[in-house]
Amino acid sequence: MSTFVFTPQNEEKFQKYLTRYPNSDSCMLPALWLVQEQENWVSPEAMVYIGERLNKSPMQVYEVATFYTMFNLKPIGKHHIELCKTLSCMLCGSKEIKEHIKKTIGIEPGQTSEDGLFHLSEVECLGACGGAPMFALDGNYHEKLTIDKVDGLINQCKGVEK
Amino acid sequence: MITKIVSKNFDIPNSHKLEIAKQNGRYSSIEKLFSMSPSDVTSEVVASGLRGKGGGGAPCGPKWQLMPEIDERPRYLIVNGDESEPGTFKDRQIFEYDPHLLIEGIICSCYAISANHAYIYIRGEYKFFSDRMQEAIDEAYEAGIIGETVMGHDFKVDITVHRGAGAYICGEKSALIESLEGKRGHPRLKPHGKECEWFFDNPATVNNVETIASVPNIVENGAQGYTKYGTEKSPGTMLFAISGPVKNPGVYEMAYGNKMIDFLNTLGGGMIEGKKLKAIIPGGSSCPILTAAEVEKAVLDYESMWDIGSTLGTGGMIVIDEDTSMVDVAKNLIEFYHHESCGQCTPCREGCGWIDKTLKKVLDGNASKEDIQTILDVCETMNGKTICVFAPAVKDIIKSILLKFPEEFEKHLN
Repeated sequence: MSTFVFTPQNEEKFQKYLTRYPNSDSCMLPALWLVQEQENWVSPEAMVYIGERLNKSPMQVYEVATFYTMFNLKPIGKHHIELCKTLSCMLCGSKEIKEHIKKTIGIEPGQTSEDGLFHLSEVECLGACGGAPMFALDGNYHEKLTIDKVDGLINQCKGVEK
Repeated sequence: MITKIVSKNFDIPNSHKLEIAKQNGRYSSIEKLFSMSPSDVTSEVVASGLRGKGGGGAPCGPKWQLMPEIDERPRYLIVNGDESEPGTFKDRQIFEYDPHLLIEGIICSCYAISANHAYIYIRGEYKFFSDRMQEAIDEAYEAGIIGETVMGHDFKVDITVHRGAGAYICGEKSALIESLEGKRGHPRLKPHGKECEWFFDNPATVNNVETIASVPNIVENGAQGYTKYGTEKSPGTMLFAISGPVKNPGVYEMAYGNKMIDFLNTLGGGMIEGKKLKAIIPGGSSCPILTAAEVEKAVLDYESMWDIGSTLGTGGMIVIDEDTSMVDVAKNLIEFYHHESCGQCTPCREGCGWIDKTLKKVLDGNASKEDIQTILDVCETMNGKTICVFAPAVKDIIKSILLKFPEEFEKHLN
């Protein structure tokens, strides 16, 4: 038995998902999303749990969870910065934004800051090319970034007024 | 230059709300829809020449006709909102500004193919947009527009939003269905003959968001209302996007057949101060690149783009200026493809990595002429030897950059 369980609210959502598909296999991604929303990452225990709920082996859950880049397979910082690095953003200055973020919070892409406040990822095209350069902060898009705008958002996360 | 069919309500404040949407013509095609038979609707869409807006440009109506005869199996419409092609950001406008148009399109399309459940697969990163879509669906259920009956008509339509989780390849229709079935997004082997798609062995049709959003207009105004725009073979309109160093990047709906250079200079606002055009990647990153001279000749419809050796793709243009190194462009894009290759077919999985490594060597100044030839050879090995068109797309873009801008690569050679 897994040590992970859905919260009652997530259990309710999970039950609803089960009614929406001809086969419960389809609930794999919805269930992984629920886990990530609950824990901020997808732990091995949670994968075992999803397997139990969907009649899959833990490995079948693992192979799905590792295929999709948005699932965090390790705990990450509280605020997740996903900086787009693909062509339109590159042409409009994403490298400068990256250098600035690295300098300001002192981490490289793929790292979590020591205080656990930030995690920086460099990601492929987020479909916001008209608003390049851009990043998603905790899933929310921020487009047409400037150094000032980035500073403002980082300070907001830190809880300090600029 | 702008022709608004799909984007008609985009500028109206709160156009995503049911009440405002209804005031502005949403769901006005439903009465006419139910006065027609499903096959009449399909015939009208066939006659309109509506083409898939997700990149391939395959005609939509004939795709619907691939659905088998009705039997005991449930039938499904799957709407592809995985929009991940670099340079493409059009479907999100529909989710954000006119989700009820998409619901209306889904009702029309479900009726035509006799499906009672539609799934909208939205890329995981589009959290805001999938939430917006879900709100509209909830409103539509509440108002009796979808559910057991459609606005009082005896036809059942359920709509479910399914979130992806960060995999470009899930935009490929069979990979999308695999993902929807709870598996890794690996494209499926294609059948020898033409047939529909299969969702848990049940017949299904996969269409792009913008394609489905174009259907209500055709139902309401007939095929002729659609074919009066665009060219003979590419009728209608498309949401064209432009990004990169231009004054007004964004999404603009135009009829097919406008000149690319006019689009860049008028709606796109031209290059930003002090920049000169070097090249444009026409329709998402998977289309062969066009030099500035070719851009002058390019016309935005499928056939014209094929004639000049490229494709229209998703209509999302990436503009590149003179100060940008094409080696950097090629490296940036191959990093994207290297990251996104699903890993199923060896030529693609290994080829992308190989080209990525070799281009790094070029940038580091450690490459020779043979290395450039190696890249071209790898491109050929990747082309046509894989399950899906991901690898041929890599070949198209990388080879076109290499062959059209050879001097930029030679500069880096030792």
